[in-house]
Amino acid sequence: MNSAESLIKSIQGLSASPGDLSALHGILKKAEDSLRNNWDVQLATLEELDPSIHSLGYLYLLEGLTRGSVSKGKTSGVVLLMARFINRCDAGQIRLASEKFVTLCKRFKDRVLELEDPLRGVAPLVSAVRKVQVAAKCLTALHPDCLQLCLEAKCYKAGFSILSDDILEVDQPRDFYLYCYYGGMICIGLKRFQKASELLYNVVTAPMYQLNAIALEAYKKYILVNLIHSGQVILCLYFTKPYYEVGNRYNDGKNYELEAVVVAHSSDFEKDNNLGLVKQAVASLYKRNILRLTQKYLTLSLQDIANMVQLANAKEAETHVLQMIQDGQIHALINQKDGMVRFLEDPEQYKTSEMIEVMDSVIQRTIGLSKNLIAMDESLSCDPLYLGKVGRERQKFDFGDDFDTVPQKFSM
Amino acid sequence: MERDEESSGLMMEMCTNGGGEETSNRRPIISGEPLDIEAYASLYKGRTKIMRLLFIASHCGGNQTMQLEALRMAYDEIKKGENTQLFRDVVNRINGRLGDKYKMDSAWCESVDRRAEQKKGRLENELSSYRVMKYVVLFMCCLVCLHRSFLVNHYLDNETNLIKESIRMGHNDFGDFYYACGLLSDAFKNYVRTRDYCTTAKHIIHMCMNAILVSIEMGQFTHVSSYVNKAEQNPETLDPIVAAKLRCASGLAHLELKKYKLAARKFLDVSPELGNSYNEVIAPQDVATYGGLCALASFDRSELKAFIPLRFFSLVAKVIDNINFRDFLELVPEVRELINDFYSSRYASCLEYLGSLRANLLLDIHLHDHVDTLYDQIRKKALIQYTLPFVSVDLSRMADAFKTSVSGLEKELEALITDNQIQARIDSHNKILYARHADQRNATFQKVLQMGNEFDRDVRSMMLRANLLKHEYHARAGRNH
Repeated sequence: MNSAESLIKSIQGLSASPGDLSALHGILKKAEDSLRNNWDVQLATLEELDPSIHSLGYLYLLEGLTRGSVSKGKTSGVVLLMARFINRCDAGQIRLASEKFVTLCKRFKDRVLELEDPLRGVAPLVSAVRKVQVAAKCLTALHPDCLQLCLEAKCYKAGFSILSDDILEVDQPRDFYLYCYYGGMICIGLKRFQKASELLYNVVTAPMYQLNAIALEAYKKYILVNLIHSGQVILCLYFTKPYYEVGNRYNDGKNYELEAVVVAHSSDFEKDNNLGLVKQAVASLYKRNILRLTQKYLTLSLQDIANMVQLANAKEAETHVLQMIQDGQIHALINQKDGMVRFLEDPEQYKTSEMIEVMDSVIQRTIGLSKNLIAMDESLSCDPLYLGKVGRERQKFDFGDDFDTVPQKFSM
Repeated sequence: MERDEESSGLMMEMCTNGGGEETSNRRPIISGEPLDIEAYASLYKGRTKIMRLLFIASHCGGNQTMQLEALRMAYDEIKKGENTQLFRDVVNRINGRLGDKYKMDSAWCESVDRRAEQKKGRLENELSSYRVMKYVVLFMCCLVCLHRSFLVNHYLDNETNLIKESIRMGHNDFGDFYYACGLLSDAFKNYVRTRDYCTTAKHIIHMCMNAILVSIEMGQFTHVSSYVNKAEQNPETLDPIVAAKLRCASGLAHLELKKYKLAARKFLDVSPELGNSYNEVIAPQDVATYGGLCALASFDRSELKAFIPLRFFSLVAKVIDNINFRDFLELVPEVRELINDFYSSRYASCLEYLGSLRANLLLDIHLHDHVDTLYDQIRKKALIQYTLPFVSVDLSRMADAFKTSVSGLEKELEALITDNQIQARIDSHNKILYARHADQRNATFQKVLQMGNEFDRDVRSMMLRANLLKHEYHARAGRNH
C-alpha cells in the first residue's frame, strides 16, 4: 500500500513539465514490476488522479488494473472508465508510452466487443488514433482496431474521417494490411468505390513473402469492387474461381447469365461474406450496359433501352436512367411524352473557374508528392542497410569501375 | 487440246481489241447464272480439274443434275490418268446412278496398277544405277586428285555433272510418277530431293514449280510461300510467264492464309501473258475474281483507284499494272461491274452482283472458305464509305440503298460504331445518323485530370510499398544482428 500511495503522490507531483515527466516515466517503469504482484489498488485510487493532467500515471495504473479478467458486471464500468480516460488524456504524455497506450486501447476494444456495443467505442478510439499519431502520414497500430470497431458499429462516417489521411509511412505490415482491408470495406459501405479500389489495391500489391489470408480476402473484394466501379475485369488467380467466372460473365454483358453464375456460386460468396457485393456488381451491369448505349445512340426509346439491356419493361429502364442521371454517370434528358431518352454530351467545358481551381489543386498535390518521393529517395540512398545490400550485389555484376556508387566499405 | 487453243485464240482477240465485248460464242464463266460445269472444267487441266469437279459435286447442295454432271466429267478425266484411288472414290460416289458406262472397271484398275508397279521398278533401277555410277566416279576423282592429272580431272568433272543430271532427272521422274498416281507426299519428297542435284538456275526453278504444284494440291500453303521465295531469288533468270505463275501461286497462298491485302497485290501484279499456261493450278478468270474481290475487301479508296482499271480512268492511267489487270477483268465482266459500282457508290447494284455471284463462288475450291468473310468486309466497307461524306444520314434511305430493313441497318451500324469504324451516333427516334466529331480540347482536359489522379495513386502506392520493403529489411536485419 505504501508503494501505491507513494506512487500516486509522485504521479501527482511530477506531471507538470517534460523533465519531470521523464523522471516520472522512469519511476513508473520501475514500479510496474513491483506493482504487478501487489495489486490492490482499487478503482477508487484512480479517482485521485486526473486523466488530463496525470495522463502518464493514470495510463500505467489503468493498464495494470485492466490486465486481468474482469467479471461481466464490472466490464461496463471498466469500459466507461477507459473511455473517459482515452477521451481526456493528454497526447503529449501519452506518446511517451505509446505501446502501453496501444495495448490499453486494444483491450478497450475487446471489452467493448464483448459487451456487443461497439458504438460506445467508436468515438474514444477515433480520438485515440489522433493522439497516438505522431504525424498525419504515419500509420499506427490503432488504425485497424478503430476501423474494425467502426465496421462493427456500422459507423462509416467516423471511419472515413480516419481514412482521409494520406498514409505514407508504415511500421508494421500486418497493421497496414488490416488497415487497407477494413478501410476498403468501410469505403464500400459508403459506396465510395474509387477509394475502396485504391485501398484494396494497396493490400493486394503489397510486397509480402508469403501469401496472406488478408490479401486473399482483399483480392476477392477487389475484383468485385473493380467491376462495380469501372467495369474492368482483373486477371483472376486460380483459387478465386467463382470470382473469375463472375468477371467473365460481366464482360459478356448479359445479365441473366451473370445472375445464373451468381446463384450457382452463392454458397461460396456467402462464406466470404461477399454476397452483398456480388449483388451490387450484378446491379451495376445494367448501368454499364446503359453507359455503352450512350456511346452509340443520340436518342433511344425507353422500350428499346429495356430490350437492349434486358430489363423487364420501360418503367424499370426509366428508373435506372433516372438513377444514373442523378448520380452523374450519364447526361441525358427523359421525354416522358414520347418515352424517349436523349443522351447529351458531357456539358463540362473546362472553362469555369471552379475547374481551374480543381486543376490547380491537382497540380499542387502532384508537386507535393514529387517532393515526398525525392525526399524518400534521398533518405534511402543514405540508409546503411540498403547500401550494404547494393554493395553485395554489385560484386555480382561487374560493370567496370567507372565510378563507385557505393563506397568500398559497404561491400561485404 | 482443241478447246484450249480456241479459247486462247479468243482471248488474244479480246486483248488486241482492247475492249470489253464478248464474242457471241463465249459466255462468261463466273456469272450469276448457274455454273456451266463443262465450260468451267475446260479452263483447267490435270489433277486440279478432277479435284475441282469433285469439290463441286460435294458442295452443290441438293442439285442432283449438277452433281451427276460433275461426277461424270470427273470419271472421264480420271480414266485418262493413272490414279486408281481417285477412280475408286468417284465410282463410289456415282453409285451406279449414271448407268453401266460409269461403273467400277476393275480390269482398268488392275492394269493401271500393274503398269505402275513396273514403271516404279524401272525407275528405281535406273536411279540406283546412277547412284552407283556416282560413287564410282567419285572414287576415281579421288584417285585422280592424288595423281593430279589435269585432263583426266576435267573429264571426270563432266562425268560428275552428267551423273548429277541423270540423278536429278531420275528423282524428277519419280516425282511425276507419284504425282500421277496420287501419292502426293512421296511426289513432294522426290521433287525436293532433286535440290541437291540442281546445277543451273533453271533446274532450281523447275524444282520449285513442281514443289509448288504439289503443295497447292496438298493444301500446304506455307510450303508454297517458301518455294515461291526460293524461286524468286534470281529474278533476272525468270522468264515472264514463270514470274506470273509464281505470283499466282503466291497470291493463292496469301488468300488461303487470309491475308487478303497481300493476296490482292499479288494477283494484281500478274501479267496477262500468263494466259492459260498455268491451267494446272489456276485460270485467268480466277486471277481476276480473286484479285478483284480481295482488293475490294481490303484496299482503301485510293489504292483501289490506282490498281483497278476502271472504264473512265483506263484512258488516263499510264501505269502498266492497270492495263494488265484490265485484260483479266474483261474475262469476268460481272466482277468488273461490281467494282465499278462500288467505286461510284452504287451500292445497291454492287451488292446485287455480289449476291448473284455468291452461289458460284461457293463452288470454287480455293474461295469457298473465304466468300463469307470477304463479303462481310465488302459490305462493311460499303457502309462506312456511304456515311463518310455526310453530317447526317437518313437511315431509311440508307436502308433502301443497302436493301435491308431500318432495324437491321441500325444493328449493323451499331456494331461498326462500337468498333470505332464510324464516328457517329444514331438518333433512334427520328432514325437519323449524326456524324460526331470528338472534341479534342475537352478530351485533352479529361485525360490530363485522369492522368493526374493516376499519378497520385501510383506514387502513393509506390511509397507505401517502398516503406514496407524498408521495414522488411530492418526486420530482417534486426533478426540477423
